[in-house]
Amino acid sequence: MIGRRIKLQSPMKTLSFRAPKGLSFRAKRGISFLLALSFLLTMAAFAQSGGELRFCLRTEPKTFDPLLVDDDASLSIRYLTGGVLVRVNRHTQELEPELAESWKVSKDGKQITFKLRRGIQFSDGTPFAADDVAFTMQRLMDPALHSSTGDAFRSGSGTVTTRGQAPNQITIAFPAPIVELDRLFDQVAIMSAHSPKKEAAVLGPFMVAEYKAGSSVRLERNPNYWKKDSQGRRLPYLDSIRLDIQANRDVEMLRFKRGELDLINVLDTDYFDRLGSTSPQLVHDAGPSLDSDFMWFNQVASAPIPEYKRAWFRSTNFRRAVSEAINRDDLSRVVYNGHAQPAVGPVSPANKFWFNNHLKPEGHNTQVALQRLKADGFHMQDGTLLDKNGNTVEFSIVTNSGNKPRERMSVLIQEDLGKIGIRVNLVPLDFPSLIERITQKFNYEAAMLGFRNIDLDPNGQMNIWLSSAENHAWNPQQKSPETAWEAEIDKLMRVQASTEDPKKRKEAFDRVQEIVYEQAPLIYLINQNALSAVSSSVVGANPGILSPQTFWNAERLTLTGTATARR
Amino acid sequence: MKVARWLACVIVVAVCALSLGANWLAPAGYAKQFREAPNAPPSRQHLLGTDEVGRDRFARVLYGTRISLLLAPAAALVSTALAAVLGGLAGYLGGIWLKLARAFTDLFLSLPWLFLLITVRALLPLNVSPLVSVLITFVILGVLGWAASARVLSTSADSLRNSDFVLQARASGLHGPRLFLIHVLPNLKPVLYAQFWISIPVFILSEANLGVLGLGVAEPLPSWGSLLRELEGLISFREEPWRLVPLFLLMVVLTSFQLLLSNEEVTA
Repeated sequence: MIGRRIKLQSPMKTLSFRAPKGLSFRAKRGISFLLALSFLLTMAAFAQSGGELRFCLRTEPKTFDPLLVDDDASLSIRYLTGGVLVRVNRHTQELEPELAESWKVSKDGKQITFKLRRGIQFSDGTPFAADDVAFTMQRLMDPALHSSTGDAFRSGSGTVTTRGQAPNQITIAFPAPIVELDRLFDQVAIMSAHSPKKEAAVLGPFMVAEYKAGSSVRLERNPNYWKKDSQGRRLPYLDSIRLDIQANRDVEMLRFKRGELDLINVLDTDYFDRLGSTSPQLVHDAGPSLDSDFMWFNQVASAPIPEYKRAWFRSTNFRRAVSEAINRDDLSRVVYNGHAQPAVGPVSPANKFWFNNHLKPEGHNTQVALQRLKADGFHMQDGTLLDKNGNTVEFSIVTNSGNKPRERMSVLIQEDLGKIGIRVNLVPLDFPSLIERITQKFNYEAAMLGFRNIDLDPNGQMNIWLSSAENHAWNPQQKSPETAWEAEIDKLMRVQASTEDPKKRKEAFDRVQEIVYEQAPLIYLINQNALSAVSSSVVGANPGILSPQTFWNAERLTLTGTATARR
Repeated sequence: MKVARWLACVIVVAVCALSLGANWLAPAGYAKQFREAPNAPPSRQHLLGTDEVGRDRFARVLYGTRISLLLAPAAALVSTALAAVLGGLAGYLGGIWLKLARAFTDLFLSLPWLFLLITVRALLPLNVSPLVSVLITFVILGVLGWAASARVLSTSADSLRNSDFVLQARASGLHGPRLFLIHVLPNLKPVLYAQFWISIPVFILSEANLGVLGLGVAEPLPSWGSLLRELEGLISFREEPWRLVPLFLLMVVLTSFQLLLSNEEVTA
């Protein structure tokens, strides 16, 4: 009896084997069946393709138009669906070619020329060419669109022009130099100039297949995605991604534990520790992120606060003393259970190039703090700090209610400052009230908030450090710099923004960091670590510090067959 | 039922006594941070462990109970007094006054309470001490919480106004404030008591709700609201059952308050 050839087609490769001889046909058939079954099960467990990845968006996406994105949920969808000319590798922080196989920035920093890959199609089959890039740029720079992505390219007055030298080559010219121009294109998802599907026609690895408002967004693999792996297989490996809209983090954690979700992109410290205590292999601490928490004092001249308090807040010694009285190690250890690092300044140590390595976190020293205060005429009386006119030093710190780490930090700071005789009243406010107070009415004394940085380049912080900027938190929209050090920061920020020489830019921004450290207009507290959770069913995940932390390489992620079979 | 009332009375008195003796029972105080031991489990030093920033939870429960149990009745007194004046008088006067009062209370009841509280809290001055913030929180609760009681009282006063004995008093020449004080108000007493007792747990829960939103009693002062916030994100009760003590205490005290009400008061 000749053994039957059994052929199994797996997504990976074709395998065959021959059943042993010398057995009855029924026995051979039974053995063959068992072998086939066990092989199928084994393959199911280790399959490297297909399946649906699931994770949560914390809010409803505001838009699917890639040029109008400015919220986290839409940003995630744009990352997964949008095709870009160049991409910042979230792991190496280097710029890599995508739809453009090469590019060149002119010496004056005013124009960039892309050489595009040939033979690429949008998800609906429309061919990709230089006129799509031209269309995208024209739409992006249209002032009527109010695109925050487009704002990054607005270096000066004038129009942006595009010139297509060939179907696969295009030059984009800007009215004024733009520093790190090529890196900005990481955020520009190319749209089709000709497809009737408009933004639904994409060049990224996935495309939006279904959107249930308030419930979920389902992405399917783009059948026309251009990338292939080293073995010539078309990416992405996954069939689909389901993004459940879920604001409640408890529910998200429970679903992750039950195996209904594969990733938690950003994990709170409490959840990280709780999950880590039972399943340490599922949680990932990628080290300090780019995000920072900080506090500042209101220095606005027209703010409705007593004049003597404004004088404290405008005193460098007072701000530095407060900074030195805060025990940042305790903030990191107690509030974040060690999953945060004492912050130094506007740049996190995670930002390898731009971080000023000469600066160290402000040390906790109440004696030095008291000496600084003494230099300004402050003195202690019965454990209470008084200013030179005998006013009790007392102020309130506003922060957004519901943000537990920030509330806990403020409680620790309250006690730290109590040790140098300062009375602090903590006021958690609902977010709209808080924003109204700190940006419009300026009716507050001190505030605590955080920055979520997604841009490695200091140009992304121009809207904070320029004294004329709206987000110049402690004293925004100044007509001219009110202090000499703010004038110096203005000058340095403009220098770094207008020169192409990386060394000069680094020198200028290093000095900005030093001034911020010396003057403490923003008292930086901690850089939270990038914490995430990845199910063991996900293969290929390499969580990093840059957003999106867990799925930045979504096109190469795979699910084990067990996970696929379970769904 | 009588036994249950006695038991409830004993519980309320015992809880009040414990909270008043907080200074002796928990000398470390509610604000002292043991930063080397955040989230510690129960021990001889910390009977209920420590909270997220290392404060003794037992001390915070005792002091929090004191604040909630002292100020919730105060707020209930304010709201019941307002309800007695507005609802009782409107019911006694009847006619257009009653209609106006009912329309006003209905309007007040239809307001979204929580948003109103958040808005009022956000409009208050920022730089107030924690103790003043406690008083403000409960005064707001008291001032905003009169409407439901006023509606009940206006209905009761209205029925009293048309009762035989009031008609007889009127026929005897009694009228105006004297009639209200001698015949109407004493007969409203059971309703007033009932509204007062019912309001106490309502205000405790309201403060707890505000606390859960981070808008109630200011740190570092504890209250039941701020203590209940610790339960946010508690996935497994089995791992840290001692964290449920504030919730358990709240349930026991609220149940005791309900049991303290007599059948007549409940009916009223």
